[in-house]
Amino acid sequence: MFWNKEIETLPKEKLKELQLERLKKVVKYAYEHVSYYRKKFEEAGLKPEDIKTLEDIRFIPFTSKADLREVYPFGMFAVPLSEIVEIHSSSGTTGKPVVIGYTKEDIEVWKEVMARSLTMIGVTKDDIIQVAYGYGLFTGGLGFHYGALAIGATIVPTSAGNTRRQIELMRDFGTTVLACTPSYALYLAEYAQDEMGIDPRTLKLRVGSFGAEMWTEEMRKEIERRFGIKAYNVYGLTEIIGPGVAHECPAQEGLHIWEDHFYAEIIDPETGEPLPEGERGELVLTTLTKKGVPMLRFRTRDITAFVSRTCPCGRTFIRIERIRGRTDDMIKVRGVMLFPYQIEKAILEVQGIEPHYQIILTRPHYLDEIEVQIEMSKEVFSDEVRKIEELRRKIEKRIEETVGIRVKVTLVEPKSLPRSEGKAKRVIDKRGLS
Amino acid sequence: MKIKQISVFLENKKGRLYEALNVLAQAEINIRALSIADTSDFGILRMIVNNPEKAKEALEGAGFTTKITNVLAVGVKDKPGGLAEVLKILYEGDINVEYVYAFVEKSGEEALVVLRTNNLDKTIDLLQQKGVKLLDSKTVESL
Repeated sequence: MFWNKEIETLPKEKLKELQLERLKKVVKYAYEHVSYYRKKFEEAGLKPEDIKTLEDIRFIPFTSKADLREVYPFGMFAVPLSEIVEIHSSSGTTGKPVVIGYTKEDIEVWKEVMARSLTMIGVTKDDIIQVAYGYGLFTGGLGFHYGALAIGATIVPTSAGNTRRQIELMRDFGTTVLACTPSYALYLAEYAQDEMGIDPRTLKLRVGSFGAEMWTEEMRKEIERRFGIKAYNVYGLTEIIGPGVAHECPAQEGLHIWEDHFYAEIIDPETGEPLPEGERGELVLTTLTKKGVPMLRFRTRDITAFVSRTCPCGRTFIRIERIRGRTDDMIKVRGVMLFPYQIEKAILEVQGIEPHYQIILTRPHYLDEIEVQIEMSKEVFSDEVRKIEELRRKIEKRIEETVGIRVKVTLVEPKSLPRSEGKAKRVIDKRGLS
Repeated sequence: MKIKQISVFLENKKGRLYEALNVLAQAEINIRALSIADTSDFGILRMIVNNPEKAKEALEGAGFTTKITNVLAVGVKDKPGGLAEVLKILYEGDINVEYVYAFVEKSGEEALVVLRTNNLDKTIDLLQQKGVKLLDSKTVESL
């Protein structure tokens, strides 16, 4: 199903023309209205008129999260505050928060891309959508809210948390669409089953849109199996617009970027150079239509690759693979780069193991060690030490085969690892503490 | 002649054994035999109790991972070489012992042990042929 078929199936050439026209406009707009950009352009000896083709975008300096923090709070705003109708902010755990302001037009764009995203996975005005992403400064809750509002679906704005009530409402209201983080979705399924005796498959849920954190294909299958639904991947970030930058279609083979609003590049995170199509690197995004805070070449730190195949769904917009990691989640252990998702993938390949794990990095004798704690499940528990040890070694071996490093696997009691209602904390790095 | 044993997964953390046993005490479960197999990271608590199903329910309710397995309760002569005699039968019958541990109680003049092998049916046949006493679950639960 399409929300805006004409645009979503625009021939590639037409799309590129539209992008170039918008890129030129936004570059000029940013240069003229945001002193930060003007300064950067001057330093680079660049004028807005120098951008003549889409490829010329590579001459524009990158914008990083650190840049945005420096101009806290409103330094990136291209319009006076009177034109700003809403403000969002990403958490400031590592310094000052990033503040993004939306004009009325920006909110319309947000509605549009979220409406396209939800319509793409079959959400209509007849659906009841429970938005269990946090509402507030975090963009998750309101982004979904606006999209569902545009479609006319019935919104149940539960926000995150209060798990028991989430499930009661799903059951009593007959919720058909769930939107939340994937780890919270799994927690909801577990809670319904174990604490409330409700089989999640008996709920009326049909589809779910999950994101705001890294997850794997195996986790998708697990969510789909537990709820008996189709689970889709949503992508977005506050700096660009929030959820709705890209969304998966029913083919479940990558996320379509709404390219008429967001221009995407994939670069080598070390050199900053564009990578050939299909190669994995850091996603860099430019907003083509934003008025409040135009963003030029924002370094997302998310690792992905373009999917170049034509999509069976009929959309011409390019797809990206599910996010494979964050450039700053990359764990460097004994000089080897690895991502938590690789370990998760290996764990889930072992039958009967559930995706509840934590990675602990230590450096006991000047040498990095990785311990992976995994919760024991009923399915694999045995009364024989030998069998449990075999299982432990099997998981260790799978992980070593996947990431190329020897790890120590420890089996811990069920539900002993922290569950989070937002983003799951997978890695605990104790190397700096000793 | 098989009896039910309940096993519990225990992380090597302070107080976990106490917590498991306390759950059983609250549920008024009597423990007839008990052993712990431990490694540096975890342990497996194995028990014969008067009501395995109730014990399982209580433990799982408290968040423990449990499993019920079939084992044998064997009466051996309470004198030097009593257990060795039984093990010899198994050895000659080419049966591997997974684990063995003792009951608290005796049954008459005999000491009781819990036995788990790689082939319980064959073990039962062999031991019965040799006249070794096996206790059924009813007897064990009423000890």
